This record gives sequence, structure tokens and C-alpha cells, in this order.
Amino acid sequence: MADLQTAGAPERQAMPLTGASLPRQAPLLAVLIAGGLAALLALLGVIGWVAAIFVGWLLLMVGLPLWSRAVEGGRRSVDRGVTLLVWSAFALAMVPLVSLVWTVVSKGFGILSSQFFNNSMRGVLGEGGGIYHAIMGTLIITALATVISVPIGVLTAVYLVEYGKGSTLARVITFLVDVMTGIPSIVAGLFAYALFALFFGPGVRMGVGGAVALSVLMVPIVVRAAEEMLKLVPDELREASYALGVPKWRTITKVVLPTAVAGIVTGVTLAVARVAGETAPLLIIAGLTTGTNFNPFSDRMATLPVFIFYSITEPGLHADAMADYAWGAALVLVAIVMLLNIVARVVGGFFAPKTGR
Amino acid sequence: MAKSIDVSDLNIYYGDFLAVEGVTMTIKARSVTAFIGPSGCGKSTFLRSLNRMHEAIPGARVEGKVMVDGQSLYEPSIDPVAVRRQIGMVFQRPNPFPTMSIYENVLAGKRLNNKRMSKSDADALVEKSLRGANLWNEVKDRLSKPGMSLSGGQQQRLCIARAIAVEPQVLLMDEPCSALDPISTAAIEDLIHELKTDYTIVIVTHNMQQAARVSDDTGFFNLKAAGEPGHLVEFNPTNKMFTNPDEESTEAYISGRFG
Repeated sequence: MADLQTAGAPERQAMPLTGASLPRQAPLLAVLIAGGLAALLALLGVIGWVAAIFVGWLLLMVGLPLWSRAVEGGRRSVDRGVTLLVWSAFALAMVPLVSLVWTVVSKGFGILSSQFFNNSMRGVLGEGGGIYHAIMGTLIITALATVISVPIGVLTAVYLVEYGKGSTLARVITFLVDVMTGIPSIVAGLFAYALFALFFGPGVRMGVGGAVALSVLMVPIVVRAAEEMLKLVPDELREASYALGVPKWRTITKVVLPTAVAGIVTGVTLAVARVAGETAPLLIIAGLTTGTNFNPFSDRMATLPVFIFYSITEPGLHADAMADYAWGAALVLVAIVMLLNIVARVVGGFFAPKTGR
Repeated sequence: MAKSIDVSDLNIYYGDFLAVEGVTMTIKARSVTAFIGPSGCGKSTFLRSLNRMHEAIPGARVEGKVMVDGQSLYEPSIDPVAVRRQIGMVFQRPNPFPTMSIYENVLAGKRLNNKRMSKSDADALVEKSLRGANLWNEVKDRLSKPGMSLSGGQQQRLCIARAIAVEPQVLLMDEPCSALDPISTAAIEDLIHELKTDYTIVIVTHNMQQAARVSDDTGFFNLKAAGEPGHLVEFNPTNKMFTNPDEESTEAYISGRFG
């Protein structure tokens, strides 16, 4: 081998694969030092606490990359700097979420009791009421909205993917669905109100009207989610089914939809979670009542968002008590939405095609 | 129960694009017919036109005649779904249904068509089909496992079992071994030999040795030039095709001196 190297060739340099690096706890150490310095400044009264957080962050952003550059070199230093930036952005994004959850839980948890869940506000002034009527209203109206919008949404998606591919009608529908996605919720409420006012005269208030308004908001979300999921079903499966002599509609109901059902269910649940907290349309068409109304086809129906809205804006004489109710109702609403999100994940995992490996 | 297929002057289109031009041939019953030729020359397209799978692609259509058992497949009165029940197909990539177990995959043709079967009939059909596809011994203890849990070669044999469970007259195979290793390929070639006694088999392959090993007749497809439609260059018994073909271009293709 040695004689392969010609005499004039320059000596190859050794190729070190290791280099100096900061200790593993370096980032933690840097955070502690920067935080400590900022806290010290704040304690000495030089700067306020908000400014201290910013100063600490700035120290960290400058200090750690500089330290790293001195020891590890440029590339690792940039890596540490960008990693810090990403973590900072994440922390910033978490601030409103944590703050919201904390506020709702701390203000709303105190009022939770069996009475709060089992009583309505009928004949209650101040203490002693509950939100049973609003929870039931929200559940009934959201369930009705789901019943209305899931068949429409899924069938529209089936048409778009399986039958109308590339046709003008499909393009027009896709465009209209996109437009519907952007409809302000108050407009959906006005639409439902105008529709029901045609049949029942002006001033109509009905739970089912709220369900119609919510389904106007839900349908485009369901169509989009279902369409994406159906598109993910490989054409090979459709062809395999056709080749067995299975008609198209059976292929869709027995092969395509079961393969996509996990994603569709997840999409539907997320859409439900999205509309469960809608206030504006329900304010117009479902209204508010103090009693429990199980019949969505007559009279006003209380819902959690509307209940919260009125408890804060028109509390009457017992403003403090009503504010407590509002926070409690907000906590319940947030819990319902979070629960739906968890259910979506569980159900999605349950229906997902199993590979069994 | 096997049927022969007579094709005359078949032109196959994708929209306005003529993909395959003027094919005339007779595919004999209870024999294996192989199609060879370069990629893009219309072998698969032609194969798919034999059970009206071609029209699953939007805008695709054919002109000419395909006669099976005295009936013209492209008459307006013919139901394409009924055609596909008689003429089954195995695809290039194994495609078991991901939502179904091995057992359900084999029965898919019956179950999806809502045929009621007793449990014992269903069990018997599953065993018969899996034995027919040389897969029974490997999966008999895990029939309830998902079809996707099998290896690629096993999945392909599962797809063959699924295709023969509906007892078609003809089995079309579109490069069934192109994604498989030599062992699985050998298993499937053995299977083709066995199936020949009951079925008419048409197979598309890029593997010249495979065509020579498994087929009785061979058709060579080629393009006149890039952008021109594909056409059938030569259709002869496999022995003649590989020893003394009529056309010079066939010999050039088979021996590797292409063009």
C-alpha cells in the first residue's frame, strides 16, 4: 500500500472526530446563572420583575452561545442559540394557555358542587343555583348539530373524492366549502334565525335553530377532514375491491369508509369541540332561560357559552354570585372541550387499521 | 370452468391518447399466457381491459371486441361488476385490505358482496383458497391476525387466495412477482403451474425467464417509437417465441439486444 503514495503528495492531516464540548449540564447552568443575575437585579430594586424576565432571557441568549463559541466553535454555538430560540418560542406560546387554564380553574373550581351540577337557575337569585340547564342545553344542541352535519359532511366528501373527482361541480363545491369555512359565526346565527323566522314568525327562539347554526359552522370542517382522509385511502384498495366484483357503492361503504373511519371520527370530534364553545349564533337563536328545557323544538334553551355571557354582562343584583357561576360554567365548558379532544384521540387510535406487527 | 378470450382489433384510450393499438389474439383456456415488453408499451393497460378494470380510471375507454365465452365484454348490456366476478385480478403491489384479518381478507369477495355463508362453509372456503395459494401452512394458526401483518410475499399469496376464493373463470396477474424475493417468486410460480389446471391465467412480467418458465403462450408488446401507441408485435407459443421467433425485434428484445 505504501508505494501507492507518491512522494510529492502532501501529508494527510489527522482527522479528529472529537472536539472540546461544554459539560452536559451547561444549558441548565446558564439558565440558573442568567436567572440568578436577573433576580438579583430585581431584588436590589434596579429593575421590575417583568423587565427582569426579559433581562434574564437576554443574558441567556447572549451568554450561552458566546460560552459555546469560546469552547466548542461556531457551528455548535449557532446550534445552541437556535435551540434556545425554539424553546423560548415554545415557552411564549405556552404562557396564554397556562394562564387561561390557571385562571379558569382557580376562579371556577371553588363553586363546583353537586348542587352546581344538579340545579338550574329557576327562581334563584344569588346563591343556590346551578348550571344543569345550560349543560343539558349545550349537550343537546351540540349533539343535534353533529347529527345534522356529519351525514351531510361525510356524504359531500364521498361525492368529492369518489364520484366528482375533477368535475366542475366538485370544484364549485370545494370552493363553496372553503367560503363556508370563513363564515363568521354570528352570520351563521343570523342565517338560522332568518330561516326559522320564515316558518315561526319573528322573535323565534329554539334549540334546534342553534343546532342548525352550529351545523353551518361544522359542515365545512367535517367535509375538509373527511375529504383528506378519503384521499389517503390508496387507489389499490379500491381496485382490489373492484377486481373481486364488488360494486362501487359497496366498495365505498365496506372498504373505503372503514379504512378512513379513524381519521373521520377524529375530524368530527374536533369539529364538535370547535363549535361547542360558540356563543354568538346561540345568543341569537337559542336565547337563554333559567329553567331546564329538554325539548329543542320549542322555546328558549340555555347553553353554557350564552349563560356565561349573560352572567357577566347582565348579572342583575347579585353580580358577585353570577360571576362565580360564570367562571364555574367556563371551567365546565373547557373541561368538556378537552374531554372531547381526548375522546377523539382514543377513538382514532381504536379505529385505526392495525398492522399487527 | 375456465374460459378462452378472443380479442380482435382492440384500441385502448386514456381520454384522447391512444395507448394500445390494434391488438388481436386468442388466449386459450386452461393455459398460462404471458405478456412481455418494455415499460410503457401497454401490457398492463391491455390486461386491465380484459376485465374492464381499465375504465376505473376516469376518461379511459376502448374500441374493438373482447369476446369471452361468446359474449362481447364491451356490449352496453354487459355489467362490468359481473365481468369482474368472472375475471379476477392480482396486482403488482400486494394490497390486502388493512381493516380486515387474514380470514376476512380471503372471504372479502363473498362478504363484500353480502353473500351469506354458514361458518363451516366459510371455514372450508378459507382453507381451500389458502391451500390453493400455498399459504395455509404458514398462516393457519393466526387467521385472525391483520392481513397487513404478513410479509410481502405472503401478502401477495393472500391476494391470490382472495382472488381465487370468488372462483373466477380467468385470473389476470399484473407483474405479481415484481416486488418479491426469489423464494416468494418461486412459490408463486409453482402456484401458477397448479392453478393452470382450473383457471385461464394471463400474466404480465418483466422477467423473461419467468415468462419462459411459466407460460404456454407469449405475447410481445412494443412501441414503434416514443409517443406512439403500443402494439402487439408477436404472439406465439412460448417455445417458439424463445427459440425461433418470427420477428427480429422479438429476438432482439429477448436476447437483450434492444432496439
